[in-house]
Amino acid sequence: MTDALMHVASLHAHYGLSHVIHGVNLEIKPGETVALMGRNGMGKTTLIKCLMGLLPASSGAIRLRGQDIKSLATHSLARRGIAYVPEGRGIFQNLSVKENLLLAARAGFEGRMEWTYDRVLDVFPRLKERLAHGGQQLSGGEQQMLSIGRALLTNPDLLILDEATEGLAPLIARDIWSIIGIVKKSGISSLIVDKNFSALAKISNRSVVMVKGAVVFDDVPTKLIEQPKELKTWLGI
Amino acid sequence: MDAATFFIQTMNGIQYGLLLFLVASGLTLIFGIMGVINIAHGSFYMIGAYLAWSLMGWVGNFWIGLVAGVMVALVLGLLLEWLFIRFLYDRDHLQQVLVTYGLILIFSELRSMIWGDDVHSVPIPELLNGSIQITENLAYPIYRLWLSGVCIVIAVLMFLGIQHTRLGMMIRAGESDREMTKALGINIGLIYRFIFALGITLAAFSGMISAPISSVFPGMGSQVLIVSFVVVVIGGLGSIKGAMIAALSVGLIDTFGKVIHLDIFGINIFPEMSGMSIFALMALILTLRPQGLFGREH
Ligand SMILES: Nc1ncnc2c1ncn2[C@@H]1O[C@H](COP(=O)(O)OP(=O)(O)O)[C@@H](O)[C@H]1O
Ligand SMILES: [Mg+2]
Repeated sequence: MTDALMHVASLHAHYGLSHVIHGVNLEIKPGETVALMGRNGMGKTTLIKCLMGLLPASSGAIRLRGQDIKSLATHSLARRGIAYVPEGRGIFQNLSVKENLLLAARAGFEGRMEWTYDRVLDVFPRLKERLAHGGQQLSGGEQQMLSIGRALLTNPDLLILDEATEGLAPLIARDIWSIIGIVKKSGISSLIVDKNFSALAKISNRSVVMVKGAVVFDDVPTKLIEQPKELKTWLGI
Repeated sequence: MDAATFFIQTMNGIQYGLLLFLVASGLTLIFGIMGVINIAHGSFYMIGAYLAWSLMGWVGNFWIGLVAGVMVALVLGLLLEWLFIRFLYDRDHLQQVLVTYGLILIFSELRSMIWGDDVHSVPIPELLNGSIQITENLAYPIYRLWLSGVCIVIAVLMFLGIQHTRLGMMIRAGESDREMTKALGINIGLIYRFIFALGITLAAFSGMISAPISSVFPGMGSQVLIVSFVVVVIGGLGSIKGAMIAALSVGLIDTFGKVIHLDIFGINIFPEMSGMSIFALMALILTLRPQGLFGREH
């Protein structure tokens, strides 16, 4: 076996009768930043839901540190070091910013406590000013910062970010990218979905492209840039 | 109506309302947090009253009987959640109603087998027996005051628990986004089991403490269920604050409905129709605010 943190093999998944994930293979090494790309509706979110145990896989294997986790409940997966920043941020609207953060705070899988409440507020000074606000009072950028800060407070080994900068103003998106840089430097692996190809290419160790529920490209970003024709058909750029 | 009667009826109405709150809060919590309609909720009120009657009779002490009854109810709640309720979270309301209706039938049959179909009474504990003389010709039973006090304490603890504890935070988070709560590593299934057990324990506890002031009889569960549903609907599904306001309104209106005499065109509207008054209130509220006083719009 490899030294992968997460290893996905021949994964298939369905929504009812519709077959959405068609035999996906994917590997994330410790500390690696992996970009997951593809046009809308190609199955990126669905794949992530399988990894989080939010959608049962029909067949195939998902391993975390070599252990089969396919049938584990979502909360156990989270406790084993996977954190999730969903499409739409998943902020608890009826909790204050402070409560959203405190709810998540705990030691990581092997007792690591690198990310504390205070450190998250240092990295996200904007949240500091809004601690008493309700989750519904935040701007889109603040919500995304809260969602990332909250995920980091679980001290994960793998951070999954779905549509990291979707709907954010360019300046705010730049903040988010620099935070992703900080996360990378701290040694946390991440799987990032985003539409911004060049920002992703800059930060990621590997690019993975999905078309119709299958992986069609999996290599270093520079290799992908060399394929303009495929870039056009796979990603529309 | 003289001042004394008015005072007594107001106190009785508030006390009845507070008791209703205790029953209805469990119902509205279980619905609001887990999305489960539990029509067997009234059965636990009935079970509580019968537990009080048999346990208190057996050990000969109100307080020991009360504590033992609460323990039995908690265990029963945890067990039932594990056996039946946890399979209902992702089902539609019709299936929830069918399963919990099945529970009503089972509990009714078990009650008949274990305790029989007779009407019983539970004596007021010695410590709380007697009345407080308020004015020269006005006295109020201590037991009813104690009962109201207990309900208020539980209501305050419930508000504080939900707003200011970590468990309360988890409960509110789960209400807002179940998937995200799980994704943060929170075992929501365990929390649901606890809330269900707590909700039905509140219903059973209400049955226990109301046993000394009302009789213990087979149909008491369905009676309280209907009124509790009225409270939950008026207050807004899932709202504890709404349940409190609705329960007090229903308690007062129902109590006064039974003593006010109102003649319209020579027909005595009250008390013949007092049973209708709370439904009239519900109809009125639903016309003005279909989601109830504090319900969220869907
Ligand atoms: N809840 C759902 N039920 C049924 N089909 C769905 C559901 N969510 C997504 N799909 C379908 O699954 C496919 C993949 O969707 P998704 O994983 O959201 O794509 P992406 O995240 O790459 O945009 C799409 O065809 C979409 O229509
Ligand atoms: Mg998506």
